[in-house]
Amino acid sequence: MTITLNHFSAALVFALFASIVFGITHREATRDMVRYGLYCFVMFLGGAIVAGWAMWLLRR
Amino acid sequence: MADSTTEKAKAAQGEISLMSVVAPAVGWLVPGAGHIIQKRWVRGALLFVSIVTLFLLGLGMQGRIYKANGGDILDILGFIGDVGAGALYILTLANDWGQGAIQFATADYGTKFMIVAGLLNFIAVADAYHIAVGKKR
Repeated sequence: MTITLNHFSAALVFALFASIVFGITHREATRDMVRYGLYCFVMFLGGAIVAGWAMWLLRR
Repeated sequence: MADSTTEKAKAAQGEISLMSVVAPAVGWLVPGAGHIIQKRWVRGALLFVSIVTLFLLGLGMQGRIYKANGGDILDILGFIGDVGAGALYILTLANDWGQGAIQFATADYGTKFMIVAGLLNFIAVADAYHIAVGKKR
């Protein structure tokens, strides 16, 4: 069986799981873990989108 | 209160407890297990699901697993990342999975997913150690 993910869904899955681990391991309190996890998720995905648009602009 | 004070005092003295050795070892072998044996059930379960899913997705995407090697620096780093996945890595090697299939465009993503899963498990292992020595709750 071969799983096929496009670039965006691969980035989404990566961001989700990496953010969960970062949130749990980098903060002490539960509330801070959730907030940091969300921050990492937005940064991972936002970074990928910004980099994508930057490359699109460079190509023109 | 007294317990947490004692734990902090032990941590300050750098005392090695049984848990500070067992938790990282078990956590490396089974992702999240280092937290679970210290009764951090939810954290352990989330770490297990995140790391195992990432690794299995990488395998499902026909990613390549790195074996111990002394060649190219990127291959050595790939091996270090992969070996962090513990039992998942051993199981993959034992069953001869993770050969990589260049005919699939997503195979390279899969290779990276497995390396990242191993590296995330190293972070989880360090976290389990910090909990065991009392540096973290």
